[in-house]
Amino acid sequence: MISVRGVSKSFGSQVVLRRLSLEVEEGKTTTIVGPSGAGKSVLLKLIMGILQPDEGEIDVCGYSVTDASSEADRNAIRENLGVLFQSAALFDSLTVYENVAFPLTECKMLHRDEAHERVIELLESLSLVKYARKLPQEISIGIRKRVGLARALAVEPKVLLFDEPNTGLDPLVGQEVYDLIAESQQSQGFTGVVISHELPEVFQVSDRVVMLLRGNIVMEGTPEDFQNTDNPEVVQFLHGRVDGPIRIQ
Amino acid sequence: MSHTAGEEALEPLMGRALGQIERLGAWVIGSIQYWGKAWIFLWYLLKGVVTPPLRLRLVFEQIAQIGFHSTFVVALIGIFTGAVLAVQGEYTLSKFGATAFTGPAVALSLIRELGPVLTALMVIGRAGSAITAELGIMKITEQVDALRSMAVDPMKYLMVPRFIAGCIAVPLLTAIFIAVGIFGGYIVAVSVLGLSSGTFVSQMVSAVGTVDVYSGFIKACVFGFIFGWVSCFKGHTCGFGAIGVNKATTQSVVTSSVCILVTDYFLTSILTRVFL
Ligand SMILES: Nc1ncnc2c1ncn2[C@@H]1O[C@H](COP(=O)(O)OP(=O)(O)OP(=O)(O)O)[C@@H](O)[C@H]1O
Ligand SMILES: [Mg+2]
Repeated sequence: MISVRGVSKSFGSQVVLRRLSLEVEEGKTTTIVGPSGAGKSVLLKLIMGILQPDEGEIDVCGYSVTDASSEADRNAIRENLGVLFQSAALFDSLTVYENVAFPLTECKMLHRDEAHERVIELLESLSLVKYARKLPQEISIGIRKRVGLARALAVEPKVLLFDEPNTGLDPLVGQEVYDLIAESQQSQGFTGVVISHELPEVFQVSDRVVMLLRGNIVMEGTPEDFQNTDNPEVVQFLHGRVDGPIRIQ
Repeated sequence: MSHTAGEEALEPLMGRALGQIERLGAWVIGSIQYWGKAWIFLWYLLKGVVTPPLRLRLVFEQIAQIGFHSTFVVALIGIFTGAVLAVQGEYTLSKFGATAFTGPAVALSLIRELGPVLTALMVIGRAGSAITAELGIMKITEQVDALRSMAVDPMKYLMVPRFIAGCIAVPLLTAIFIAVGIFGGYIVAVSVLGLSSGTFVSQMVSAVGTVDVYSGFIKACVFGFIFGWVSCFKGHTCGFGAIGVNKATTQSVVTSSVCILVTDYFLTSILTRVFL
């Protein structure tokens, strides 16, 4: 469904990704873990076609993002994507309700009334109804994250990219978000990419796990593989130890 | 390689000179690239204007933001500018015993020059900085990326409505500025300076031709165009953080003002020749 082949990306002299290859299978959820600054968010932006790789190819749903020559071509591919940004990236001039309705009215070009039902359904399932009329600046980051999730789910896309869906959420709501991801995965059957630091909680929604380090993949496997591995870098990261092969920069 | 003592002493100097030249070169290339970017941006902006669908609702919202909310300030500045022109005009003309021409002096300065220029400068200060800051903040808080991820083109959704609104609002505000300015000039000329109301009006009507109105109108349209282009471009190229937004808004105001005043000179020269 998503295929990343030999992708490198640098910003100036800083190399973020080095010839990275990754396959995300259709209907499965792949989790990307790795220390801060490993390039996880950059990888998602490359998949969305918002950043261009220095080399390598990326396909989404069978179309090449990297070969798309115009913004219109890339937009055709993006119609299949739903994205939750790390910062939620809500439109700050719109209310919570309008933010969730945005992809329906502006991308799917639905009429307001047609979108209304779906928006309410989403707001209810994420217990956001009481914030519907608030502006993003007036709510906490955890709630903003949930609104971002509702916005990403709104159009029922084939591929969903979640950049740290749980960071900033309390444990109870965090669990709710995992349940919601699992539920909508079952009902909509989307292909998911989840970035997370929540180990091992995130494993409950993962079919595969990929660990990024120094711009490349150090380990790829099922959640069980990760829990049973003796790869010292993975073990250090899973258990959050300060001493080990990974140096905190 | 062997160096004589003299050559060795020269080396750091040469190095510094080369460094300077390199920096000059980098600056020249950087500026050319920047201008190139600005023109490419304009190309996409204009392409966005002509390719449907045009989101009229957003255009109207922006006209309200840029235009309607500036009406009061523009009218206020207009009335005082007209008043000052009447006082100054009457003073200058009295030296030639020609105070009867105060009306045309006020009206022509306003219509041909001060109306478009001062309105544009006011709008830049009020709305240009706001547009740049808004677009810049949307960019650095990933809202622009979010738009793109939803297959909504930020050029069409954010830039085009603001640009069109600028092109429409500046000429309209200029018209208000001029009308209010002439009114202010009239009030001062008649009630303070004691000029005859009939002379003021009749001289003004006979001196002002359609060409003057055209040239004022064309100027206002060009200024609106520059205002929209620069404000959107500076927001689009905004750097990161509060410093980035700070720089972008400052540069936006300075660049649009300078561009407008420079263009004004050339436009005036061309228009006086065309509309003889
Ligand atoms: N637009 C950009 N311009 C320059 N450098 C960038 C840009 N975006 C990301 N980077 C750099 O790329 C590196 C990786 O960033 P990224 O946001 O992908 O990290 P991450 O793995 O998502 O970390 P975190 O877990 O903290 O979110 C960072 O060091 C950052 O400085
Ligand atoms: Mg990140």
